[in-house]
Amino acid sequence: MRVLVQDAPFDLGAEVTEFSTGLDNAGAVVTFTGIVRDVASGDLQVMEIEHYPGMTEAALTKIAQEAMQRWSLADALVIHRHGRLGPGDQIMMVATAARHRKDAFEAAEFLMDYLKSRAPFWKKEITKDSADWVAAKDDDEAALDRW
Amino acid sequence: MDILYFAWVRERIGLPRERVDSDAATVAELVDELRAREDRYAVAFEDLGALRVAIDQELSDFDAPIAGAREIAFFPPMTGG
Repeated sequence: MRVLVQDAPFDLGAEVTEFSTGLDNAGAVVTFTGIVRDVASGDLQVMEIEHYPGMTEAALTKIAQEAMQRWSLADALVIHRHGRLGPGDQIMMVATAARHRKDAFEAAEFLMDYLKSRAPFWKKEITKDSADWVAAKDDDEAALDRW
Repeated sequence: MDILYFAWVRERIGLPRERVDSDAATVAELVDELRAREDRYAVAFEDLGALRVAIDQELSDFDAPIAGAREIAFFPPMTGG
């Protein structure tokens, strides 16, 4: 299991290849990648991602450990970036490996649902004319109920 | 103890962290002390429903005791992913 919080970009292909290598007991690897989406008006310049150093790593580790246990995963990976990103940039990724795909898919969704509202990150969308903090959605909180 | 602010809470108060000496028994009491200091605190802490709190880097509640806490952080609901 690996949790990385970094401002540098990551190489999605290389990460997935490394993650998928040497997993003798796993028949399934699922990955999810989060991308900076443009605002509705189409003029996003920067997405600034703030986080709480220390708590971020602890929270992500706790969430990943829970996923490892609940779905008997062979491995799990979470990479989340912070700092200034542009439209189309990769923000984060999760990867899960399990014997069967159902567990790998479910664990990846669990990781995503939890890190959306339980990992201390905050996003700010900056355009030429505005700078707005992205508000948390009620749906995101409600998504935790199914776990 | 150290008080940390993130996102718009940090912007409204105007600093990322500060050291505070307080005898407050709970987070809510600490918030009342901060609110009484200056308008910018009163504005930042106007609606506790819009805020989250972490004690020593663990998510907590406003009625939680803070005796012995080293670090208390206030922030809006998180938007990771």
